[in-house]
Amino acid sequence: MSEGRDPLHDVPRLQARAAQWRDRYEREAPPGASTDSGIELDPLYLPQDGDDERYTDRLGFPGEWPFVRGAYTSMYRGRLWTIRQYAGVGTAEETNARFQYLLERGQTGLSVALDLPTQMGFDSHDALARTEVGRVGVAIDTVEDMAEVFRGIPLGDISVHFTVNATAPMILAMFLVAAEEQGVGRSQVRGTVQNDIIKEFIARKAYIFPPRGSLRLTGDIIAFCYRHVPKFNPISVTGYHAREAGCNAIQEIAFTLLAAVEYVEHMLGRGIKVDDFAPQLSFHFSSQRDLFEEVCKIRAARRLWATIMRDDFGAEDPASTRMRFFCGGSGATLSHAEPLNNVIRGTIQCLAGILAGAQACHVPSYDEAYAIPSEEAALLSVRTQQIIAHESGVARVADPLGGSYYVEWLTDQIETQVSALIEDVRASGGLLAALERGGPQQMIRQAAYELQAAEEDGSRLVVGQNHLVGPGSSAPEFEGLGNVEGVSRDEADRQTGRLRAVLAAREAVRVEQALAQLRTAAGAGDNVMPAMIEAARARATIGEMTEVLAGVFGRHQGGDTA
Amino acid sequence: MTAGTGRRASPARVLLAKPGLDGHDRGVHVVARALRDAGFEVIYTGLRSTPEQIVRGAVDEDVDVIGLSILSGVHLPVTAEVLEALRREEVSIPVVVGGTIGPRDARALREMGVADVFPTGSPRRELVDRLRRLVDEWPAPSAAGGAGAGMA
Repeated sequence: MSEGRDPLHDVPRLQARAAQWRDRYEREAPPGASTDSGIELDPLYLPQDGDDERYTDRLGFPGEWPFVRGAYTSMYRGRLWTIRQYAGVGTAEETNARFQYLLERGQTGLSVALDLPTQMGFDSHDALARTEVGRVGVAIDTVEDMAEVFRGIPLGDISVHFTVNATAPMILAMFLVAAEEQGVGRSQVRGTVQNDIIKEFIARKAYIFPPRGSLRLTGDIIAFCYRHVPKFNPISVTGYHAREAGCNAIQEIAFTLLAAVEYVEHMLGRGIKVDDFAPQLSFHFSSQRDLFEEVCKIRAARRLWATIMRDDFGAEDPASTRMRFFCGGSGATLSHAEPLNNVIRGTIQCLAGILAGAQACHVPSYDEAYAIPSEEAALLSVRTQQIIAHESGVARVADPLGGSYYVEWLTDQIETQVSALIEDVRASGGLLAALERGGPQQMIRQAAYELQAAEEDGSRLVVGQNHLVGPGSSAPEFEGLGNVEGVSRDEADRQTGRLRAVLAAREAVRVEQALAQLRTAAGAGDNVMPAMIEAARARATIGEMTEVLAGVFGRHQGGDTA
Repeated sequence: MTAGTGRRASPARVLLAKPGLDGHDRGVHVVARALRDAGFEVIYTGLRSTPEQIVRGAVDEDVDVIGLSILSGVHLPVTAEVLEALRREEVSIPVVVGGTIGPRDARALREMGVADVFPTGSPRRELVDRLRRLVDEWPAPSAAGGAGAGMA
């Protein structure tokens, strides 16, 4: 063995680096920890004999290049992940009540589920919205609804995630105005708008405007936030929906990083420096069935992102190369049959996210395969996270699986395969061009079809559904999502009533002026956010704002064939 | 290979549509491929089709059956709108619905006049077999009224 590859060769270097990291860790002064039997624990475990001379380059320390072992120095000892369940239904009052219920029981962040009309830019009184008002989330027509959602919830103290994309500029504007009217300034609010329009075209399909115009709006939010809303994530680049639509973990990571590359290139094209906006970029991944693969894909993704940002875009600020992510448990892996089994599935998925170092987590509710989560099921998801956080001990040590022969091998394998897919797509023009040709959509459809076949032929086992099915294993006589037609009409009626009251009370001239300014800004290529915020203040509706933007950008005409 | 079991000479034609605002299209694409592989001719109208577009598409394409895919839970009111549009245009084509549909809503859909219901996770084989039977037997003996477009 040559001297350079002597397994003991790098021990002094590793020890020196470890001492430096330890200094930084101590400066954060996180609490100590020990096992349940009283064995005192280090915050991090390293190769004991220095047998990996590449350790510092390939794995590094938590909060340091290349971030494989975590985004932050002290990880969960310094700050626990945010327990953030996706919730929202009916009117603003009902959603506020659900939020209060979850916060009173220790949820630490909010995630707002919006109904489809709000996501698609229709007011609740629109003919196209009527049947869907308040169904899969809360209806937000104006800033009055936004204010009601957060009544009694101090927006300076809690972070809020919005799963919103095509209408992200409108929802962000209304959120900032609602905060402002609570007395909370832009510099104080924390949270995230998903604002990842590329994956809408690939997988989630809630787009309004054509891809290029949509990308500009995404960029407007990023540009506005880095200047004015510094604690807010202006985007959460999301692999979750492609994964839920059927693709595998490698494709999930590749599509997400490719989308992020498109956004970075777009921002650079606007003349903004990478280290100005990149620290605010955030990510969202799914957590599915295979625990080790789910952990390793994240570790690989952090290393790939750090490398792309440094080598391809010249990022110098470490925060620009650090991937932070939200982990969403997978609704698509839940079963109708024996729904309580889904509690176990959600627990394992959450555990994977935490072992991977998630900054925030959602656990799907056990009734999610067939219903909007009941209060009981939603609480159980919060409790699942709290038990993992406070009882299991897995939060005591950063990257606790790091160094396992299997885990490091699988991390490397995934990195190699993701890299190859990324190179393929970038070599043929990037993700935006690929999605316009339909390639990623086709890959997802193919993968979904294979999954369906595998569940039918039993090569993919779902306990209680296609495997080990007992006499009592059938699905319960559940109500389904759609049984509450009468209630739905009530919700729609109440919401349209709220909207009528706002329309009657607002100053029509001010609304018209604000919408005219929005039209001018959009048409001139200026950032739409200042005009959007003024329109929100004037109580313009989401439908009115959307109509103005559609007048400038047009509406995307599907082109989505089977 | 044709989709029918003997009463028809040409392959059965299916119009698949996603009415409403929901964009979850994983299921409809699996169904489209399963039906094509089984010999059906499939026309997919894409996301967010209105009831009027669905009826017009079904008539223009002379289909034997209409399949609606609805995952956002609004299958009752949205299906009712499509059935109403068919009645208004005096079009007699059987409608089947797939989605997040529990047994109670499945019964409600059938009472409304839906020919068959496929909750998420329905096996492809079953889907194909039941659609073949539907196309061959439509109009069902109990369904009095005009000739179905599925009659050979």
